[in-house]
Amino acid sequence: MNAVVRTADDDILVIRGLDKVYPGGFQALKRIDLEIRRGEIFALLGPNGAGKTTLISIICGIVNLGAGSITVDGHDVVRDWRATRSLIGLVPQELKTDAFETVWNTVRFSRGLFGKAPDDAYIERLLKELSLWDKRDNKMLMLSGGMKRRVMIAKALSHEPQLLFLDEPTAGVDVELRRDMWAMVRRLRESGVTVVLTTHYIEEAEEMADRVGVISRGELIVVEEKAALMHKLGRKQLRLQLHEPLDAVPGALAAHHLELAAGGNELVYNYDTQGERTGITTLLADLAAAGIRFRDLSTRQDTLEQIFLQLVKEGA
Amino acid sequence: MNWHGIRAIYRFEMARTGRTLMQSVASPVVSTSLYFVVFGSAIGSRITSVEGVSYAAFIIPGLVMLSLLMQSVSNASFGIYFPKFVGTIYEVHSAPLSFLEIVLGYVGAAATKAVMVGLIILATARLFVDYSIAHPLVMVAFLLLTTVTFSLLGFIIGIWADNFEKLQVVPLMVITPLTFLGGSFYSIHMLPPFWQKVTLFNPVVYLISGFRWSFYDLADVGVGISLAATLGFLVLCLAVVWWIFRTGYRLKV
Repeated sequence: MNAVVRTADDDILVIRGLDKVYPGGFQALKRIDLEIRRGEIFALLGPNGAGKTTLISIICGIVNLGAGSITVDGHDVVRDWRATRSLIGLVPQELKTDAFETVWNTVRFSRGLFGKAPDDAYIERLLKELSLWDKRDNKMLMLSGGMKRRVMIAKALSHEPQLLFLDEPTAGVDVELRRDMWAMVRRLRESGVTVVLTTHYIEEAEEMADRVGVISRGELIVVEEKAALMHKLGRKQLRLQLHEPLDAVPGALAAHHLELAAGGNELVYNYDTQGERTGITTLLADLAAAGIRFRDLSTRQDTLEQIFLQLVKEGA
Repeated sequence: MNWHGIRAIYRFEMARTGRTLMQSVASPVVSTSLYFVVFGSAIGSRITSVEGVSYAAFIIPGLVMLSLLMQSVSNASFGIYFPKFVGTIYEVHSAPLSFLEIVLGYVGAAATKAVMVGLIILATARLFVDYSIAHPLVMVAFLLLTTVTFSLLGFIIGIWADNFEKLQVVPLMVITPLTFLGGSFYSIHMLPPFWQKVTLFNPVVYLISGFRWSFYDLADVGVGISLAATLGFLVLCLAVVWWIFRTGYRLKV
């Protein structure tokens, strides 16, 4: 279907047949197959407990791999872990920081941990970019939640990774900081970093992502270009504002599965934009035949959120 | 080898020591001084000498060992337990660091700190008693071997512990009694024959005996046996650490 032929080199992360069963017997991931393309922003959507964090943790080496294989830039995460971990930066969901360390020291520490020689000029640029430069000598315990999250991002970027995981980056973050983060993620992408983010905010995926994956109960239900996903699965709704209210949908229109809304003043028709026929022409003809007149009409496309909820419901 | 990573952990741990200077350095100095006042001066004045060495001088190696063991165990156990407790351990796991490198960073820092405290105590002791060191190289060897071994033990405890109580229980309930009963303050020859036999099951006896030999040429058990026992315990700790990292025990699921 793709016009451009893609090669293996285009993928920075390749996951094949990944399974994970925790010691208690809970199966967190089931046969995950996923490729992340170099330089894209990929959003992983899913409800709580869907397996998003487990998936990221396995890739990063925090949780052991069950079955299957994962390669990062062609390196296997189990056999060639040193290479893969050097390429990855991780911003975990929870703010886990050393309370008594200064911002400067904790970011410098992270760079060393990942095997990079000290580069104070780079750390300075990074802190300035994240509006942390003024806070560099502050201890972590003195920072607000939003500032701590910026520090977590600085730590994850301290070793100049190629692939950045942001696990729920904007959970509990105010609107301003969220916009800042989105801008930062875009800048990162421009600089060639691949970004995988998990989120509850569909708005975030819709705003940021090139592609979206939906995960539910450990299974990857769908992976699509964001636009294609919205287009393919996007259901449209036609709302007709009636001249005279109806008590019930007339029997002659039963085949269209209409719903009444706004106290009988509106008829609602759901249709699939990807379907062979939208059924609108027939509906309008049938309405005319039934003598139902309308004043106005409007159509509305599902948001990613509605698509997501529907997918998760179907997957259940 | 990820030398930058080892250095980062080592420096981080040493910085923590710097922040808690009072607790890390002042407290062992104060407690050692108290031991000298009580055992060395008050009680020691009634005991003229033990096997030809003044009592105050006799207890120095034992006192240094006591602090060395406590410091090694508590530094290393806290060093690895705390990141587990606050959750910052994720970063160590996700970093390109081998198990060996992680151990080198944490155990190296814990051992360094313990050696520093040991040397401070030796210097403090000098203020109270005049002592000599007969075999300085052997003394240093025992000092290093013991701190590394017990820092490894501390590391194991820190990984095993899932609450603060467990973290404290081994130093308090095992290390302290074994050290007190291991001949810190007496020669085991002063014990009745039966207890002399029993006490040989206490591994700390070998450490203190060997260490004391390096000072005064005096030993409860042969110095070779002491060295072998200490090395044996080191190998045991290394094997447990190796097993922990191989299996991911309490670290990874």
